Amino acid sequence: MTSPAQPLVEFREVRKSYETTEAVAGVSLTIAPGEFVALVGASGSGKSTLLKTVNRLVDPNGGTVLFEGERVESLPLAALRRRIGYVFQSIGLFPHMTVGENIAIGPRLVGERLPEGRIARLLELVELDPAMAVRLPDELSGGQRQRVGVARALANDPHLLLMDEPFGALDPITRDALGERVRALHADLGLTTVMVTHDMAEALLLADRVLVMDGGSIVADENPQALLHGAGGTIAQDLVAVPRAQADRLAERAR
Amino acid sequence: MSEIGTALLGLGDKLAAHVLLSAAAIALGIAVALPLAIWASRSPAIARATLGFASLVQTIPALALLALFFPILLSLRAVFGEGLPTLGFLPALLALSLYALLPILRNAVTAQANLDPGILEAADGVGMSFWQRLRLVEAPLAAPYVMAGIRTAAVWTIGAATLSTTIGQPSLGDPIFAGLQTQNWVLVLAGCIASAGLALVADALLGTIEKGLATRRRRLSLAGLVAVLLGIVAALAVQFGNRAEDRIVIGAKGFSEQYILARLIGQQLEAAGYTVDYRNGLGSAVAHEAVANGAIDVLVDYTGTIWTNQMERRDTPDRDTMLAEIEEWETRTTGTHVLGRLGFENAYGLAMPRARAEAGGFAAIGDLAARGQGMTIGGDPEFFERPEWIAVRDAYGLRFAAQRNFSPTFMYNALQSGEADVIGAYTSDGRIAADDLVFLDDPEGAFPNYDAIILLSPETGADPDIVAALQPLVGAIDVEAMRAANLSVDRDNDKLSFTEAARELAARIGL
Repeated sequence: MTSPAQPLVEFREVRKSYETTEAVAGVSLTIAPGEFVALVGASGSGKSTLLKTVNRLVDPNGGTVLFEGERVESLPLAALRRRIGYVFQSIGLFPHMTVGENIAIGPRLVGERLPEGRIARLLELVELDPAMAVRLPDELSGGQRQRVGVARALANDPHLLLMDEPFGALDPITRDALGERVRALHADLGLTTVMVTHDMAEALLLADRVLVMDGGSIVADENPQALLHGAGGTIAQDLVAVPRAQADRLAERAR
Repeated sequence: MSEIGTALLGLGDKLAAHVLLSAAAIALGIAVALPLAIWASRSPAIARATLGFASLVQTIPALALLALFFPILLSLRAVFGEGLPTLGFLPALLALSLYALLPILRNAVTAQANLDPGILEAADGVGMSFWQRLRLVEAPLAAPYVMAGIRTAAVWTIGAATLSTTIGQPSLGDPIFAGLQTQNWVLVLAGCIASAGLALVADALLGTIEKGLATRRRRLSLAGLVAVLLGIVAALAVQFGNRAEDRIVIGAKGFSEQYILARLIGQQLEAAGYTVDYRNGLGSAVAHEAVANGAIDVLVDYTGTIWTNQMERRDTPDRDTMLAEIEEWETRTTGTHVLGRLGFENAYGLAMPRARAEAGGFAAIGDLAARGQGMTIGGDPEFFERPEWIAVRDAYGLRFAAQRNFSPTFMYNALQSGEADVIGAYTSDGRIAADDLVFLDDPEGAFPNYDAIILLSPETGADPDIVAALQPLVGAIDVEAMRAANLSVDRDNDKLSFTEAARELAARIGL
């Protein structure tokens, strides 16, 4: 992947420290329009913190983040977030609103009514029955809920989709299916996607660029093929080794 | 049972006043608690401070909290001017609102603290502003819990509002306090039933709203809300539908004689064409302050009470000198007008059953000092705090094994049942003769004179028509007439109401 002249997201020397720990230690990087980027690392490596500096759920102590060429801190907070789809592990569907109301919440915040046809279309995009629009979140399975979460994130036609461990709480089959679906949507809708995950296999299968974080810094920035061929250094290769070893053991057993 | 039914039917205006007071207090409580809860949800320090304060308020007995607002409002007059009411609706409203604060605040804060952090992150993530998040997410999710807090507050407030009678606010406490005074259990029961019934109805209606909110059935919530509002509107109609302007407010302290004399004065004024209203069950200090600042217009007080409590005098001159000095002092310091003596004295004295006094050889107070150390003395709730008692105690060197407080009515029962051996009784009390009690001599003259006098507020005292209407009462009531009237409401059987006793008294003294 080559970076075009105008990146969609640019991190410049972004730092974030909490009382005793430095979560992000001066990260600089650019993300081009159309990229599917996976941010991989162990717990506490700073990947979620870095992701959240884009939609300002976290404000950095130093450095700056640019979104479509503008400094995020110079944009009105609510307006910035409405331009960015956000999907995260605990989903956060509003339990007192129907599925349809949940999906339509973004436009509603700026006084627009999302037409029913559009809600049905969004449900279809995430492979749910449009009749589900009238249900309450409590009546859905975990996988269905996260599909609604993705539909909600797409309702504002965002250019950027941020996903923080989006499939972390799902069973493996649902996880796999939803991952594939999101990858397809990314392509179909022309999105730019940044996904945080601790699962290197997921990153290698879905992303076209994998960033490995450790101790608040980016320690590897490679495409999946390169990583699978040994690039990216020790920390990245340690992470790649886990699914590879599993695959080898499975192959062993099958014999 | 039909007696209770009749008593209940007579409580319409008290019920209306009770509903309005409680509703206003809960509304004010909500108006203060909810913004505080929102603030507290953003700052743990504020949460600790507000909840701590509300819990502290809750530990103050309701009766004391109500009474405390009298001096507080009095001192606030320096800021808000003389028009600030110190008795009645305002202090009752403020005290009850403070009381209502805790359950609403605690539930609201707890509800917010327990909101799923994932839902709040989603609210921020989709781009909600502070107010959108509050309105669209936090408020609807916290509403059922907040409503449960409001329910608790409503039940507490309706119960505690009965105590507002003591600071001159009409409520369902009026029949309870009046009934306790005269051992009229029908009246007490009627007041309790009405107040408990009101609490149950309010709880059920608010419970309906809560259920509607919890199960997201908007119509159920609306139905409950409409029913609550209808109740308040009905109370407003009763309260203000028959409200006459320019009513004369007559105060009465919390014992039978005061209730009867207040009705007697009321009947005189009504005969002269005035509309009157009563503030019953006031404490001594509150009552005097109330007439001085115009919260009430007319009050019967006693020379010795003003002499020792308000003027803080410790000498005991003869009655004419005392009255002249009181008139001069009132004119100079409070502007209260002393209309004159009613004609009888209601002194404090130490009383014992005649048989017991004779058997033990108790004739004078000094005998108690010599042989009464093992005895129990009873007094009304004010008695042992009053300077007169302290003066008498010190003059004779009195020491008892125990001292106990009783409501004035129960004090006599206590003497009968032996729970007290000697009591601080009132010389005009009808039960002195009925119970065959004797007063112990006071050779030291330690108890001052207690002539009953009519006090008029500065404004009322300047009204020649009111003065003329009340003038016939001056010097008209001797102690025998007063004792008979007191006994007619205090006796166990065949009790008269205060109004009836006042009519009988008026007939006896030829008015």
